[in-house]
Amino acid sequence: MDITFENVTYIYQPNSPFEHKALDDVSFHIESGSFVAIIGHTGSGKSTLISHLNGLSVPTEGIVSIGDYHLSKEDKPKNMKELRSRVGVVFQYPEHQLFEETVEKDIAFGPANFDVPQDEIKKRIDAIVPAVGLPTSVLERSPFDLSGGQMRRVAIAGVLAVKPDVLVLDEPTAGLDPRGQKEIMEMFYSLHKEQGLTTVLVTHSMEDAVKYADHVIILNKGSKYMEGKPEEVFTQKESLNQVHLDVPEMVRFINSFKERFGEEITFEKQTIKELAQMIKSVVKGAKV
Amino acid sequence: MNNSLIIGQYVPGTSIVHKLDPRTKITIIFFYVFTVFFANSLPSYGVLVVFALASMLTSRVPIRFIMKGLTPVWFLIIFTFILHLFVTKEGTVIFDVWIFEFYSGGVIQGFAISIRFFLLILVTSLLTLTTTPIEITDAIEDMLRPLNKVKFPVHELALMMSISLRFIPTLMQETDKISRAQASRGVDFRTGPIKDRIKAVVPLLVPLFVSAFKRAEELAMAMEARGYQGGEGRSKLRELKIELRDIMVYLLFACVMAILFLTRTYS
Ligand SMILES: Nc1ncnc2c1ncn2[C@@H]1O[C@H](COP(=O)(O)OP(=O)(O)O)[C@@H](O)[C@H]1O
Ligand SMILES: [Mg+2]
Repeated sequence: MDITFENVTYIYQPNSPFEHKALDDVSFHIESGSFVAIIGHTGSGKSTLISHLNGLSVPTEGIVSIGDYHLSKEDKPKNMKELRSRVGVVFQYPEHQLFEETVEKDIAFGPANFDVPQDEIKKRIDAIVPAVGLPTSVLERSPFDLSGGQMRRVAIAGVLAVKPDVLVLDEPTAGLDPRGQKEIMEMFYSLHKEQGLTTVLVTHSMEDAVKYADHVIILNKGSKYMEGKPEEVFTQKESLNQVHLDVPEMVRFINSFKERFGEEITFEKQTIKELAQMIKSVVKGAKV
Repeated sequence: MNNSLIIGQYVPGTSIVHKLDPRTKITIIFFYVFTVFFANSLPSYGVLVVFALASMLTSRVPIRFIMKGLTPVWFLIIFTFILHLFVTKEGTVIFDVWIFEFYSGGVIQGFAISIRFFLLILVTSLLTLTTTPIEITDAIEDMLRPLNKVKFPVHELALMMSISLRFIPTLMQETDKISRAQASRGVDFRTGPIKDRIKAVVPLLVPLFVSAFKRAEELAMAMEARGYQGGEGRSKLRELKIELRDIMVYLLFACVMAILFLTRTYS
């Protein structure tokens, strides 16, 4: 589903001394099927922004459109539940939402609420549990007996079991060990490719954004600060530093390489291997 | 912590009402609440109203915000007024509608009760609007200190109070977060039959309890690790101190009380 924000402003607790403008006149468009990274400093409004995607927040001003669903102050979709079954959200620390007696019941909770038939739920669970990297033996256990990383995977499975068209991820790997982070991101990415999802990823990691996203939106203090392809956005070191963000490691390397050897290499989301090849050809050709 | 989120009802400020020693505020409000019931003449009500409104204005808390906070109470005030209008049968009949007769006594009684009610709520909410929960707890601990003599656990009570107060906003945030997460998983907290709505509370309460217990355990561990061992010999970070302004306010309040007792009618 296409996602469009038109001049969206969101104010927490309007008309009180605690009034706080968390989003300020934000506009952008996300094509169906794309993988978008939303980046910004803590408090820049990322979580507020994504809470509009399934109607948890309704814009104070402006319009949010997700496919044929339109959200504005005047006009809310009649069937909010349907919207929520099509937009799956993995919140920050999603393991806090677990509550059932067994892992299986917890994963089944979402799909059951959205009236997916029992046998279909069973089928989905059988497919999803190995996909998120859990052994099938956990299904009968209490989610509260699992490790933090396993709980996270259960919670993620619970969202995926609804089979949404749009997957929204709010810092899904925060607090995991590096290996777990990589596994989970790879899992989301292959899911994105296989099922043609539209994925919106909120992240602090430039590396993840470079690796997976084909479009990047940078927020600063509730406003859209930059937007574009990762290779365009992430090479603008000065602008990024101004909002306390850093460029990805590879861009930093390329910059240092240029300083040291005076040779220009273009950053185009290449892999480490490709970069090594390029360096090799540069070094040979330019006889450094 | 992020101070743009609501912390209790407290509205930060630098007015004299904010700066007063919390014990002064509590003492004055205690006597005020007490004397509201002694007012019985127009001037005596006037004094009380002027005092309450003046405190409200000096606090510089936006009036709109205070009034919004009073909305649930407005209903009660109006209800009391109407009740008095209908049931009090004193004084003379001033007008009648259909089978009802309205007496002057009813109108006067209605007004009197409503104003008392309004004043009580106004001054007490002014206390919580201008005083942090921690200050209130400190003040209560200090004022209850004499009870230590009869082995009443004043410090423990105060600690329990301040911990609960400290975690109310946290719990509210947590509730908000979890209910959003469950709403995203298709829980409908707002519509549907009562039975379903009660069932919808389970996915909210279980995670809330789990996290509250976890927090309690972590807090206990952190306190012990930092050598907490009860109130015995414990010094204070925030010392309460009566300043000149407190004394001035006490004097001013004494004048208000004097005028009140001079202007009320005795019979
Ligand atoms: N429920 C709320 N009430 C008031 N202010 C809030 C609330 N939630 C978030 N905010 C404020 O809105 C701003 C943006 O928050 P958020 O969207 O969570 O940022 P991010 O996810 O980028 O860290 C922050 O300044 C935060 O303090
Ligand atoms: Mg966030």
